[in-house]
Amino acid sequence: MKYLVSVIDDTAGAATPTEMAAIDAFNDRLESQGYWVFAGGLAAPGTATVIDNRGAEALFTDGPFVESKEYLAGFWIIEAADLDVALKLAAEGSRACNRKVEVRPFQ
Amino acid sequence: MNAVDVREAITQVHHDEWARVVASLARRFGDLDIAEDATAEAFATAVGRWPADGVPPNPGAWLTTTAKRIAIDRLRREYKRDDKQKEAQLLYDDDPPEPLGPIEDVRLRLIFTCCHPALAMETRVALTLRMVGGLTVPEIARAFLVQETAMERRITRAKAKIKAARIPYRVPSAEDLPARVSAVLAVLFLVFNEGYLATGPGTDPVRHDLTAEAIRLTRLIRLLLPEDGEVAGLLALMLLIEARRTARVSAGGELVSLDEQDRGAWDAALIAEGHRLVRERLAIELNPGRYQILAAINAVHTSARDVRDTDWSQVVALYDQLVRLDPSPIIALNRAIAVAELDGPEVALAIVDDLEDSLAAYHAYHATRADLLRRLSRSQQSRDAYDKAIELAGNTAETAYLTRRRDQLR
Repeated sequence: MKYLVSVIDDTAGAATPTEMAAIDAFNDRLESQGYWVFAGGLAAPGTATVIDNRGAEALFTDGPFVESKEYLAGFWIIEAADLDVALKLAAEGSRACNRKVEVRPFQ
Repeated sequence: MNAVDVREAITQVHHDEWARVVASLARRFGDLDIAEDATAEAFATAVGRWPADGVPPNPGAWLTTTAKRIAIDRLRREYKRDDKQKEAQLLYDDDPPEPLGPIEDVRLRLIFTCCHPALAMETRVALTLRMVGGLTVPEIARAFLVQETAMERRITRAKAKIKAARIPYRVPSAEDLPARVSAVLAVLFLVFNEGYLATGPGTDPVRHDLTAEAIRLTRLIRLLLPEDGEVAGLLALMLLIEARRTARVSAGGELVSLDEQDRGAWDAALIAEGHRLVRERLAIELNPGRYQILAAINAVHTSARDVRDTDWSQVVALYDQLVRLDPSPIIALNRAIAVAELDGPEVALAIVDDLEDSLAAYHAYHATRADLLRRLSRSQQSRDAYDKAIELAGNTAETAYLTRRRDQLR
């Protein structure tokens, strides 16, 4: 069962060196114990471009599709047996990156 | 057996077997929705058949078998015709034989799933009453003054989340058990409290159906986790409060305070059972949790034949212990009420006044102040405090009591 662990940020700053080190250690644990699928940090929301190609031609819009105080700063995709395992890992992830996270199952 | 006897038998079987049937189907099919529907249909089948056929010798087994057959029929219809493999899997019942240990009881898994921390508190309450308690959706909706459709949506959404997010159906590991048990107890205590101090202008001041259901479910948990001190503590606490139920509200629908209650009207059997549990825990528990301490406080109150015989120093000592465990302002407020009896209203009022910042919106804060001010003959201030308490109180019996007390002020 795969879960998306989204990192929710409401600060302007990127991860500090201490946070980066904790994230690396957490990632190592995910890999060595078989939970790792994929992960990544994202550039600031202001770097986003929205594309709508449902009409005659593709429309490009500068900026994120929703402006909000909280935004997606990064994510993990993990493989876990059930939600209890996923929640435990997500709690560790939240501690490591020092931000709130959201767990959502894949279909 | 006549029709009335059969109906009573079905009600009894519903009480005794509902949770077990839902739980064993949930384990068999890994789907709470199917388990719930098939169980409800099996009971409906029993209502139709038992009056003519008679109650089967093992009603629980009859219901489980019937529910399983209903579930398989439903799943078969849902699977595509060509999916032979899935169908074969469906027919192969791989249930291991029932384990013997109480910890492995299927109902316990069901309870932990319903009270999972990933579900909102109100959802846990609704789901527990539906799946474990066997209450219908309209009954639960009525209990919490919510529209039936809203309650139906809440339960449907919860079942979908359990399935999609794969909330496990098992007893948590030893490491997680204490926190998960306390989540279950919080759900049961909330149900009990809603019955004990029902809110809403149109409801009865005491909802016996809810207090009884909470006690029944706590008894079940106690059966399943006999070693857990907090489970015993919560059961004792509920029994000792329930014992005073009939004495707590007057014929005129007014709340009767502890010192004015007719102690002869208390339920002696419930008190004896509660006391037995408290004594049992006191003998073995070195670090009692909050429910055990609250039960002990209630045991002190119910041990006094007359309010004047109450051992207030013991009550205050127990509250001191509770404050160390849970330094919440509500506990501090209740402690102050006991302090008033031991050290006088003036000392208590000073403690209560310090709680204003956190409790200004809580009716019991103002009711307590009003009472202390009344005892200090500060009538005008007392009247103002009663006014605030009446404005904030949600329970009809409590409002009636506070109004009378205010109007008696001179």
